[in-house]
Amino acid sequence: MRKFFEKLVEGGLLISGSVSSLTILLIVVFLFKEAGGLFNTPSTEEGYVLAVHNTNEVAKLSPEQLMDIFDGNITNWKEIGGNDVEILPFRLSDLTNYYSEEELGSEFQYVPQKISELIGKEPGIIAFFPEQYLLQEHFQGKVLPTQNITPSEFFGGTKWYPTATPAPIFGLIPLLLGTLLVSIGAIVLSLPFGLAVAIYMAEIANHRMRDFLKPIIELLAGIPSVVYGFFGLVVIVPLIQKTFDLPVGETAFAGSVVLAIMALPTIITVAEDAMRTTPRAMKEASLALGATQWQTIYKVIIPYSISGITSAVVLGIGRAIGETMAVLMVTGNAAVIPTSFFEPVRTIPATIAAELGEAPAGGAHYEALFLLGVVLFLITLLLSISVEYISSKRKI
Amino acid sequence: MIKIDAQNVDFYYGSFHALKNISMQIEANTSVAFIGPSGCGKSTFLRLFNRMNDLIPDTRLEGKIFIDGHNIYDKGVKVDTLRKDVGMVFQKPNPFPKTIFENVAYGLRVNGVKDKDYIEETVIKSLKQVVLWDEVKDKLKDSAFALSGGQQQRLCIARALAISPSILLMDEPTSALDPISTSKIEDLVHELKKDYTIVIVTHNMQQAARVSDKTGYFYLGELIEYGETRKIFTNPEKESTQNYITGRFG
Repeated sequence: MRKFFEKLVEGGLLISGSVSSLTILLIVVFLFKEAGGLFNTPSTEEGYVLAVHNTNEVAKLSPEQLMDIFDGNITNWKEIGGNDVEILPFRLSDLTNYYSEEELGSEFQYVPQKISELIGKEPGIIAFFPEQYLLQEHFQGKVLPTQNITPSEFFGGTKWYPTATPAPIFGLIPLLLGTLLVSIGAIVLSLPFGLAVAIYMAEIANHRMRDFLKPIIELLAGIPSVVYGFFGLVVIVPLIQKTFDLPVGETAFAGSVVLAIMALPTIITVAEDAMRTTPRAMKEASLALGATQWQTIYKVIIPYSISGITSAVVLGIGRAIGETMAVLMVTGNAAVIPTSFFEPVRTIPATIAAELGEAPAGGAHYEALFLLGVVLFLITLLLSISVEYISSKRKI
Repeated sequence: MIKIDAQNVDFYYGSFHALKNISMQIEANTSVAFIGPSGCGKSTFLRLFNRMNDLIPDTRLEGKIFIDGHNIYDKGVKVDTLRKDVGMVFQKPNPFPKTIFENVAYGLRVNGVKDKDYIEETVIKSLKQVVLWDEVKDKLKDSAFALSGGQQQRLCIARALAISPSILLMDEPTSALDPISTSKIEDLVHELKKDYTIVIVTHNMQQAARVSDKTGYFYLGELIEYGETRKIFTNPEKESTQNYITGRFG
């Protein structure tokens, strides 16, 4: 009977173990599957076509060039390798500027003909319109071939305009730099402070002080991140704006400060635990040789627990890189390449959180956000692998 | 010459009365063994000589301990200076996570010695003193953890000797070692007592008999008997001592 019961428990443990690892694997597979679709997606919106005049020599346009054309930043075809002709951007809504409603027919049944006619007439035109209005026979223009989004456009792209028409632009660089800037700032701020507190708690504070501090720091870890964000928005952002006399306080620096506060409990507890594992014998040996307490701390305790301290640092970074809500609230969310700490930036997690709700499932934007998730996953994976490596490295 | 003079020492861990009115005089350049069953206070007493018990919170000392005529518990005494003169070897080998060379050099470095030649000279001298030099001279840059337990313990003794103390406290230095390493360390104690005053705590009766000039027997926080080792082991005055050394309890 007892044997049966033990077998049952064993089976239960096995099942829960495999179910949880399977779930994690499934999430990763899902993430990669959704993200991988991005490079099989046309760069222009699906169901739309781009057409130019027959004499136009330009055969390929990148999403960025398209955006510049439709925004009026590129005005002549020669700028992008064509003839010296003024560019005439055309969207469907512009049609009524050229033709009266009667000409288009009461049910808009003549729209395809008119578009075709217009393209045939204007040598500098580039027209962006739904596929259903493409004249099937005797089309007087040239339809540009659709091309897929390329990895180099994503990983090397310096602009993030996910809702631009005719072609959205998904450039990773500004988001990646924003994430790194905020995280590095957070680590630079929290590391000296966190290690100082860890050393104090592990080696200097007496029992009563430690018993008082430890729960407070652990409490700090339990505060929901949105509360930190709120605190940052109401207290830190105005403070930064005033102190540095900035037009806006929502900057990378504000994000770093909030993240630094959030990373502190992790850094403190992990580093402190590491330092407390220094054997008492080791400390006594140092003190017995006439070393002072400080000499013992920096010559014995820190070298001995260096791998634990490194883990603390990397875990702190991991927390900073993955943090979403608080950062979203205080960094201003401008997806541009940051040039200083005192500019709004946008991080990868904040982008995913802010945009996923408005990205249609299965579309390019949706897939691009998943790819951002993959990038984030790879960064944190790299961090955890380095923690493993450092902690397993044999101490001299 | 009296090196260590403990007068009416009482010691408390919180409310626990660990040492009861102990007085003892230890002469220079002799070796003294403390024996007694576990928890009798012999290690506690030993650790008073370099104020190692200061590290334990909630402890209290009454009485006086003089080393070279100075009360080491006077207010003006600097603990790190005291510990430079009173070296200590612990129960388990506890080298630092550093190279063999740096382990021995550690005491010099924390005491502000910068002269490289002097450090190297002293490290070599100390390693030779503990008869470890020939075994490690080719791997001074290796981790101290790569040594065997016995070698590590001799390294720890070398480390303590490098800052040239006048007293060497040994807290059960061989209890974690094999018989061969143990006998090496015992030989070492014989050698070292010419230049140092050695106090050694041991659970091993034969060891006490082999290495010490005088022996103190502790029981339940009291110093029951203290005298010439030969006399303690052959003709003790107290029955309790007799019982302990013949192995009737302990």
